[in-house]
Amino acid sequence: MAIEAVNLKVNYGNKEILRNINLHIPDKEIVTIIGPNGSGKSTLIKALSRCLKVTEGTVNLYGKNINNISTKKIAQKMAILPQVKNISADITVENLVSYGRYPHLRIGKRLNMEDKDIISWAIEKTGLVDLRDRHVATLSGGERQRAWIAMALAQKPKILLLDEPTTYLDVSYQLEVLELVKELNKSLNLTVVMVLHDLNQAARYSDNIFVLNEGEIFEWGNPENIIRSTLLKDIFRIESHIYRDEINDCPYFIPYKVI
Amino acid sequence: MSGYIKEKEYKKILILIVFVLLFITSFFISVGYGAVKITYEEIIKAIFFEIDTVNYQIIWNVRLPRTIVAALVGIGLSLSGAILQGVMRNPLASPKIIGVSSGGGLVALIILIIFPQYYYLVPVGAFIGAFLTTLFIYSLAWKEGVLPTRLVLAGVAVSSLLGAGTNSLLTFFPDRVSGVLGFMVGGLSATTWRDVRMILPYVLAGIILLSFLSGKLNILMLGDEVATGLGVNVEVTRFIFIIISSLLAGSAVSVVGLLGFVGLIVPHMTRLFIGSDYRYLFPGTIFFGAAIVVICDTVARLLFAPIEIPVGIIMSAMGAPFFLYLLRNKEGLK
Repeated sequence: MAIEAVNLKVNYGNKEILRNINLHIPDKEIVTIIGPNGSGKSTLIKALSRCLKVTEGTVNLYGKNINNISTKKIAQKMAILPQVKNISADITVENLVSYGRYPHLRIGKRLNMEDKDIISWAIEKTGLVDLRDRHVATLSGGERQRAWIAMALAQKPKILLLDEPTTYLDVSYQLEVLELVKELNKSLNLTVVMVLHDLNQAARYSDNIFVLNEGEIFEWGNPENIIRSTLLKDIFRIESHIYRDEINDCPYFIPYKVI
Repeated sequence: MSGYIKEKEYKKILILIVFVLLFITSFFISVGYGAVKITYEEIIKAIFFEIDTVNYQIIWNVRLPRTIVAALVGIGLSLSGAILQGVMRNPLASPKIIGVSSGGGLVALIILIIFPQYYYLVPVGAFIGAFLTTLFIYSLAWKEGVLPTRLVLAGVAVSSLLGAGTNSLLTFFPDRVSGVLGFMVGGLSATTWRDVRMILPYVLAGIILLSFLSGKLNILMLGDEVATGLGVNVEVTRFIFIIISSLLAGSAVSVVGLLGFVGLIVPHMTRLFIGSDYRYLFPGTIFFGAAIVVICDTVARLLFAPIEIPVGIIMSAMGAPFFLYLLRNKEGLK
């Protein structure tokens, strides 16, 4: 089991954001967290990634409580790509990707040949070879997201957490990013946990989906189990027609009415 | 990155070398020029071979300590600002934000105005005042962790509160204001080796620590969550950086007074030349910051010689236009 959450509870001040969260994320799978606005999706992924202190419960990484592992050790196993990222105007793609080696460096030490090979590999893997000397700030939205993913890859993680990686991207870039994630999952056996807004994309790319509602896990299962008209009605307040995408072998839906 | 050095990195190293040369040149000009002009030959002689002449006395007892303090103050304030702008991810951050000026200033004024007989305690008092104010601001901003925005706002509020104390002192003791004006604008007159000893340990310690921590600050610039993901303990790291910058700026303020402008502008100037990578920005800031204060102090001494102008005034009058020029002409670098 790559990640396991046991009886998680997260409060902001007195407000309860998440409660009774129990989830298992199997190794090498793509798992997506979905849910309406305010359901706690981002809070959950932040709690799983130790960016947020949990009020109660534990998060285990390969069976070990993350509070008992040094943050650097965690970073060697798990990379995260949050929504809020900051980058100075003069940072190149290669600079950014090189930061991914940080958890493997000893303090004050410089990058060695192996680190540099890994940086080049991550740049190649994300299709950024021609852009490696460009400033990240001048790239298109999709390229920029790929550069951040390359940084995460340079960490050589077993698990990648992504918080809404497609938000603010044009549809072509959304597809580009998700295809890349899928490819990395297949070729590197990378466990992926992500938050997505688009339910059809979640159905198309995930092995398993967790549905959050009002701070609790409402349902989880494979896409066929989740993309059902009753669930869409109960949680997302829409009436919809459900179809099957034969090419990609997954369900999809078209909403036609708000309840 | 390092190792196979690219053209861009060469350029940065070249700029660093220019900064070093600028600093060395300004250092010798500062020691050489003043009410008495001393040749460079004599400077070298006086520094390396002890000859007991009048010029030797001038160099060792007046010019050298003053120039060294100017350089150290420049380093301390500029490094402090460079750190804070990174840690807070806020271009307006400067030693003022963490209460160094307001805290150090208030304690110094209390001593100078109410207990003038203890004037010699001003450096120590200002230093402690600056440091305690930083801790106070930090604890006020703490709420399950410290967010940069909250820290900046708490800093502004506390500074304004302590500023009220400063201003009431000035209001209630108008007859003693002229005596403290030098401290308020920041000046280097009558600096001695004692001042060098006061500030040198902090600057040296700061430089050594930062040479290990520049990579960490680069990571912190990417945002708290990204930094966490890369294995940086954000809370602890930020606290360490704030403590370092408070000690750096506090030791500078304790010796020269409220020289506000350096900590805000010099890091930006250096960034315009050399970029935002802290592995280059830190050494760049050290030499450029030192050079700027030494140059401004030399001008302050020479402009209306034998009357001296407080270096803070020269700094703002010369530095601000130069900074605006850079800002408009080097936009592409930013």
